[in-house]
Amino acid sequence: MQSGLILATVAAICTTLVALTFNMTRDRIAANEQAFLEQSLARVLSGISFNNDLSASALVVRVPHGLPGRENAIVYRVLNDSAPVAALFVITATDGFTGPIKLLIGIDYDGAVTGVRALEHKETPGIGALIDENRSDWIYQFAGTSLNAPERSAWAIRRDGGEIDQLTGASVTSRAIVNAVNQTLLYFEANRDDIFTAREDSGNADE
Amino acid sequence: MSDQNSIAGRLVDGFWHHNPGLVQLLGLCPLLAVTSTFVNGLGLGLATLVVLTMSNVLVSATRRWIRSEIRIPMYVLIIASLVTCIELIFKAGFPALDRSLGIFIPLIVTNCAIVARAEVFASRNSVASSLLDGLAMGGGFALLLCALGFVRELVGHGSVFARLDLLIGGDVLNGLQLLDGGFLLALLPPGAFFALGLAVAGKNAIDQRRREAAGFRLSI
Repeated sequence: MQSGLILATVAAICTTLVALTFNMTRDRIAANEQAFLEQSLARVLSGISFNNDLSASALVVRVPHGLPGRENAIVYRVLNDSAPVAALFVITATDGFTGPIKLLIGIDYDGAVTGVRALEHKETPGIGALIDENRSDWIYQFAGTSLNAPERSAWAIRRDGGEIDQLTGASVTSRAIVNAVNQTLLYFEANRDDIFTAREDSGNADE
Repeated sequence: MSDQNSIAGRLVDGFWHHNPGLVQLLGLCPLLAVTSTFVNGLGLGLATLVVLTMSNVLVSATRRWIRSEIRIPMYVLIIASLVTCIELIFKAGFPALDRSLGIFIPLIVTNCAIVARAEVFASRNSVASSLLDGLAMGGGFALLLCALGFVRELVGHGSVFARLDLLIGGDVLNGLQLLDGGFLLALLPPGAFFALGLAVAGKNAIDQRRREAAGFRLSI
């Protein structure tokens, strides 16, 4: 009986402590997450100017959607004075070497890639992990590509007869990303107008 | 065990003779997993040091009320609450480092070095004494994490102290790039085992040499 009381008291005190810390840090944490997202989003835009609130422009594209990945994808619509200038896709390439690769892909209104970043992945350190921008420049090569540059038939890594450089020793990782970017470009080409006209409340940014 | 009562003796104990990672081989999961770079090792080492010290103090302060039949749930409650607070503070203060350490911050809860010190030491000794024990043991663990991170980063990446900005803030610091590229194995999980094995062997070799110099014979 007494043990139970002691345990309950300690549990109450500990819970209070955690709750207080949570309350003190909540705003900072939310701000940090928001800052990280916006920082990553703006970085793949290669300096395109925009003035809308990116996080408020999020549109959830539900499966099945034709984009890479088996989960819902997120599209951020980038507007400048209400005119669409680019779209940012958060998608998942499912065929990485050691699991899914979460990618952020920026495409400008004319269908050219503004930049690609790996957001989350578990690729082999030193080989496939070179897709991280702070480990190698490989991921930068996508900026400026589009469905016409290189030619559609050349949208593959060199090993597969295409024109895109692969990471040495990481053909599977490279192929997964090249395919994901290509598929996203095709999706953008087919659905561009729908993306920018879709109402924001048709998506749920909380997901 | 060296002189139990002097402060210096206790510190030497935690950092060397009874180092939780090097001698007791406790908490190997985070130790092996996060030490791919120096800054990761330092970050997790500091977090573990804080949790271990605070849990020692709290367990010691409440040791009169902790009955033996409920002591394990009490330890778990105290340690889990502390770790949750630390995790929230990391997310608020060092978001980039938190992303890089990932799951290993919440996993400090399961670091058996912390429960071991609560059970073996803090539940039987005074608050001041437990505080010192936490600092010594936590410091020893943190130092080992840093040392392994330093070596693996140097061998694997060829760099030293890269990305310290994750911890201290400010611009991206790339540290010193001593070699172009590195020996990949050091960064992969086997590299962690090799590094730890060499560290343990090195420590034993130094101890043995000292004992021989002092004229003792190994009994085994």
